[in-house]
Amino acid sequence: MMSKEFICIVCPRGCHIKVDEINNISGNQCKRGEAYVKNEMQNPKRVLTTTVRTTFLNNPRVSVKTDDSIPKDLIFPAMELINKVIITKKMEIGEVVISNILNTGVNIVLTKGTSNNSN
Amino acid sequence: MIKDIVVIGGGASGLAASIAAKKRNKDVLLVERENSLGGILNQCIHNGFGLDMFKEEYTGPEYAHRFIEDFNCQNIDYLLNTTAIKLVKNDGLYEIIITSKEKGLEKIQTKTVIISSGCYERTRGQIMMPGDRPQGVITAGSAQRYLNINGLLVGKRVFILGSGDIGLIMARRMCLEGAEVLGVAEIMPYSNGLNRNIVQCLNDFDIPLYLSHTVTKIESDEFKCLKAITISEVDERFQPIKNTEMCFEIDTLLLSIGLIPDITLLDEIELEKDSLTKSIKINQAYESSEPGLFICGNSLQVHDLVDNVSKESNRAGNSAADYLENKVNKRQRIKVLPGKNIVYVTPQYIDFGWIFKDLIINFRASKKIEKAVIKVYQKEELIYQKRRTFVVPSEMETISFSYQELKKDEDITVELEEV
Repeated sequence: MMSKEFICIVCPRGCHIKVDEINNISGNQCKRGEAYVKNEMQNPKRVLTTTVRTTFLNNPRVSVKTDDSIPKDLIFPAMELINKVIITKKMEIGEVVISNILNTGVNIVLTKGTSNNSN
Repeated sequence: MIKDIVVIGGGASGLAASIAAKKRNKDVLLVERENSLGGILNQCIHNGFGLDMFKEEYTGPEYAHRFIEDFNCQNIDYLLNTTAIKLVKNDGLYEIIITSKEKGLEKIQTKTVIISSGCYERTRGQIMMPGDRPQGVITAGSAQRYLNINGLLVGKRVFILGSGDIGLIMARRMCLEGAEVLGVAEIMPYSNGLNRNIVQCLNDFDIPLYLSHTVTKIESDEFKCLKAITISEVDERFQPIKNTEMCFEIDTLLLSIGLIPDITLLDEIELEKDSLTKSIKINQAYESSEPGLFICGNSLQVHDLVDNVSKESNRAGNSAADYLENKVNKRQRIKVLPGKNIVYVTPQYIDFGWIFKDLIINFRASKKIEKAVIKVYQKEELIYQKRRTFVVPSEMETISFSYQELKKDEDITVELEEV
């Protein structure tokens, strides 16, 4: 493995933390930075937010999110599934549009009702 | 009929201001030009909103939803698809001309007005960008609206100028939707965006960030469409350095080069302007130099966190209610001035006619300071000081102190001292 550099996002200081070939961590100014980098190396996770299509002319897209974070490398596979969804009926904020996406135990939920824009 | 309060704009700011005023039993009317409430939050589908107020990481639409529900519960009057185009004051009353497709021009009269009309994006004209004028050069917020609201991807090969948060968020968003984002150029030696966005929007997608770089050439093809841009490194005086040019063949250049408060509705009223905030000057009650005219949210000062917009606008709504209840005494004001290492400060005045327990002062630092002391002086006397670590220009700072400590005849100055 090559040496890698991370920007710590735990606090506004934003330490540039280096990890070398034998996993030595340097550049962090506190313990939290070390924990952050270890997690980023082993199991980086992200919340994915995007939109899905609808059949409504006045709001052709409605926003969605993963209801928990998913592994970073599943973001594009998840996008592919989400982009196949078309919403045809009125739905409320928080309703599930894909459950247990890619066997992560995480659902894709609406972050806006599809009726919000029609009034 | 004469309204108590008319609120201009139904985004985060207008919602919070009108909810606060209605809870004080005032007759409130909110005017919104779009077809729904929520303002810019509707297109900000990413998460990270509400950490401060609700200890939750809401997306923009979810954050708006909380306020829209409260707004609807209060039964506040509102007009959608309606634009306020003129505001004047006549015999102590405000007159607002509104227009809508359905009803045409109408006039409303009101005792007070709260301006919560948000801000607009700077365009290429404002930074005098050289080169051709093809299609395909568009502000990041416009591209965000096309994509997240209308479902239209504005380009396939994209470059972004400016590393503000909207630019970074759009870099990731365009990538997710299948566009190729070739890079982000920032004229300053540091990014204006949050570290979190640098990591999760650029590094996650291997998008390079070119610091101390700017666009020095724009080329179009025979159809007047964007074909390529050239970026160059700049020196300390932001002048392009020769032989540092890099060319990118792209179809879209997104601009994320700053936001300016939208106060065009105030053109016909003579008000004290602030060249630093590019808005109007206010006192601690969010009241302009014209009694009964209030302003809050991004039309007062460009915020980085919506939570601060909501809090500020709630206070502005309460101020309008106080004004209507004749709680304002004989006016006597002093100035609040920005001192060393400070770009701007709000409020710009303290008016002793308004009774407040605590004074809330916002300001922005002019540079990154690792260890700073915020100091407030009245003439030579130090009346407030507080240590703060990691003060950066991209994050608005807030201090609050007791009003009792102030003399009523001397201006005060806020400064940031490096330790």
